[in-house]
Amino acid sequence: MMEAFFFLLFAVMAAGGAIMMIASRNPVSSLMYLVLAFFALSGIFVLLDAHFLAAVQVIVYAGAIMVLFLFVIMLLNLGHREDIDMRGHLARLVALVAGSALFAAVAALVLRGDESTLASEESRLAVEAMVRARGAVGALAEPLFTSYLVPFELTSLLLLVAIVGAIVLARRRAP
Amino acid sequence: MNLDIESASLILSAFLFAVGTAGVLVRRNAIIVFMCVELMLNAVNLSLIVFSRSLGLEAQVLVFFVMAVAAAEAAVGLAIIIAIFRHYEGVDVDRFNLLRW
Amino acid sequence: MLSLPLLLQETHAAYVPILPAWILLLPLIGAVVNGFGAFIWRGNKVIPGVVGPAAVIGAFAIVVVNFLAMRGAAPHDPTIVSLWTWMAAGDLRVGVDLQFDQLSMLMLLVVTGVSSVIHVYSIGYMREDPGYSRYFAYLNLFVFFMLVLVLGANFAITFVGWEGVGLCSYLLIGFWYENREFASAGKKAFIVNRIGDFGFLVAMFLVFVHFGTLNYETVFASAPAALAYGGTVVTAITLFLFLGCTGKSAQIPLYVWLPDAMAGPTPVSALIHAATMVTAGVYLVARTSVLFAMAPVSQAVVAAVGAGTALLAATIATQQYDIKKVLAYSTVSQLGYMFVAVGIGAYTAGIFHLMTHAFFKALLFLGSGAVIHAMHHAYHEVQSHEDPNDMRNQGGLKGYMPITFATMWVGTLAISGIIPFAGFFSKDEIIWYTGAYGYGILWGIALVAALLTAGYMTRLMVMTFHGENRTGAAAEPHLHEVPAVMWIPLAILAVLSIVGGWVNIPDALPVLPAVHALHDWLHPVFEPARGILEAHGLHDAHSSPIGGGEAMWAGISTVAAAVVILLTFRALVHRTWKPAAEATDPTGLAGVLYNKWYVDELYDRVIVLPLLALWRGCWRIVDAGLIDGSINGLAAGTRAVGWIGSLFQTGRVATYMFYFVTGVLVILATFLL
Repeated sequence: MMEAFFFLLFAVMAAGGAIMMIASRNPVSSLMYLVLAFFALSGIFVLLDAHFLAAVQVIVYAGAIMVLFLFVIMLLNLGHREDIDMRGHLARLVALVAGSALFAAVAALVLRGDESTLASEESRLAVEAMVRARGAVGALAEPLFTSYLVPFELTSLLLLVAIVGAIVLARRRAP
Repeated sequence: MNLDIESASLILSAFLFAVGTAGVLVRRNAIIVFMCVELMLNAVNLSLIVFSRSLGLEAQVLVFFVMAVAAAEAAVGLAIIIAIFRHYEGVDVDRFNLLRW
Repeated sequence: MLSLPLLLQETHAAYVPILPAWILLLPLIGAVVNGFGAFIWRGNKVIPGVVGPAAVIGAFAIVVVNFLAMRGAAPHDPTIVSLWTWMAAGDLRVGVDLQFDQLSMLMLLVVTGVSSVIHVYSIGYMREDPGYSRYFAYLNLFVFFMLVLVLGANFAITFVGWEGVGLCSYLLIGFWYENREFASAGKKAFIVNRIGDFGFLVAMFLVFVHFGTLNYETVFASAPAALAYGGTVVTAITLFLFLGCTGKSAQIPLYVWLPDAMAGPTPVSALIHAATMVTAGVYLVARTSVLFAMAPVSQAVVAAVGAGTALLAATIATQQYDIKKVLAYSTVSQLGYMFVAVGIGAYTAGIFHLMTHAFFKALLFLGSGAVIHAMHHAYHEVQSHEDPNDMRNQGGLKGYMPITFATMWVGTLAISGIIPFAGFFSKDEIIWYTGAYGYGILWGIALVAALLTAGYMTRLMVMTFHGENRTGAAAEPHLHEVPAVMWIPLAILAVLSIVGGWVNIPDALPVLPAVHALHDWLHPVFEPARGILEAHGLHDAHSSPIGGGEAMWAGISTVAAAVVILLTFRALVHRTWKPAAEATDPTGLAGVLYNKWYVDELYDRVIVLPLLALWRGCWRIVDAGLIDGSINGLAAGTRAVGWIGSLFQTGRVATYMFYFVTGVLVILATFLL
């Protein structure tokens, strides 16, 4: 019951934050609504026993990436209401229809799907046993540093390239 | 209506993804469009975490990678937006059609 | 036990060719040295003038040694020298084999002998040409290929030589390639020869299909048993071979290239287009005489074409003004005689005339070269651009060039058939046998052509050497005799043109001793073919179609030729011609002859223009229409599809997102439905 309450709370926060983000005409407001949605999502992560990812969500997404976005908005002096930012009625209608159709289709698939398509009871128990034995972080560390070691290390390379690329792109060229 | 938390999370994930899509369709500001993309990525993350509970923790590893890629993407993407802003004096995505043809 | 074969060997001391490969190698080495030398010692006038003639004279020396050895041994069968296997595939084995028999030996003597003389002459004639080394390279290469042609012991090797001399002919006709007209003449020779070569190739394929080999010895030995006498196969083979001969030896219908070939340097005309290469066709018919003897239809065709060519070319020669053109048509005409001889089965007579013709026609060409040389120098001194070849610009040269004058008269008398010059014996033998073997019409044609020969040659001599000089007052003092290096070859050939006919003097003539040297010499080669002919009714009537013996007709023809010469001389010697620049083209019958019966124009209309139209049509419709059209159409179609596709590429993120959502919805719909 408690779980259901918090889920509902976080879900409404996330959904409301998302809608307000695309509806708000001020970029800074949009950003803050998105941060709200991300915080709510991290709560849902906790409810789903992904504690490590919930922490990373708050620290990396809501903390680092969103602050970076905010910096850029401030830097480019875009932090004010822009009517031209929103498309016309036709585009809004198309967006509404497309979004609704997408949501409806996926939701229908989820609701129609029976339990077995998601997971068997054994594998669910195996995952729970793993989390009990290693703890939430340890259970994630196991695959991350064994089967996914090379992609994990490559991620560091990707981030390095991204840093260098960002510097090169954003550098002010000599006139 | 009897929904467990996992199905509900998946529906929430679908909703967030649909909202992100609608946002890309409806907004012109490049940074907002970019934020919508981040929202869609998070929607996917949510569904991955739901699946990880039953299909194994590898799904959470994928979430981890998505976050790393999103961070890299944000760094490069925002740098591009800054560069474009300098050139066009604006961030209206309709004005960037450099890659057309 | 061993004594018997040893004794036999001693009594029949077998003929072994001496240094056979060097006969070919020397001219080839000369060609290579001079070919590279053309780039190394560019302006040098000494080295090419030594290397070129020395290579050929060396080959001539080896040939003479071989000739003496063969004469001593008198072998009945040919000696084959196998150098290496050229190609072997399935049943086909073609070796680089050289055939030494009496026929090829005679040809070797003629080719290397005449070549030597002409090479020496070229030292003087070409001295001032910037392409001196290149010239000797081509000329040596020609001698090499001509010897390959002569010595080949199978159709393939002969064909290599056949193509090689064609190439050298092309190179030498277009030697002054800066002149567009000369280069075109080279191309014309090459293309017309290709038509003939096609016939040779087809004949070669037929031979291989029916005999499984290309070796002359095997083919000729098995031919009488393997093929039906007068059958389709042997007729087809020989007719295709003869098509090749008409190209190479300038017979109807492919003779048109030879007069244009006079664009080359005059010694080239003498060597290639009079003495040696153009006789290759006659040589080929003689070489394959067994096959021709088995095909009476082909024999008749050869003889008839030969006679027709002899007459046609002689008529044209009477109205030409270019001294070399006259000689060119004369060559075509004389080659016709040779084909008459080999066509009727008088092979020895044909080869005999080939030999004497090589002497006196080389002499006449070199003499005309001397005249042109002198004229060219005179015009060069006074900066005139008159045509030195045109006889209307010459006249009265006997005072300036006595040696050339005298030697050319020797050649004229020889070709006209005046006793005792060489041409009398060879040409009369052909004419006589044509009549005696029962070819009445051809006999008549041959006689008329012989009289025409005497006529046009006298006209040439009168216009060139007698009467008033028409060179022009300015240029006239610069006319003078050619240097010794050029007149000595003339003298040598003049001697040969007199004595060359004495190797074969018929029994029938009174006073003169009968000589059968050539006949006996060639007897082993033509024995099989003669055997076939005599078995199928070749009959020597020992009288002409209208009666009279050989001695009487020999007398009639030589007296008639002499009368023609005298009448022509008297008619023309006091006539005056306008110089070429002022003269108008002749009209009436003379105009038709002057324009060579309009044969070139006829070929142009009937063959060249329709072919051009056809290929132009192919180009327009097939190439430009179909091929280009389909490719351009494909490109246009691709472009159109790309343009339609590009309409979807707005460059706007929102549009792409819309496509993306649509795609996702379609995928989800397949899950749902």
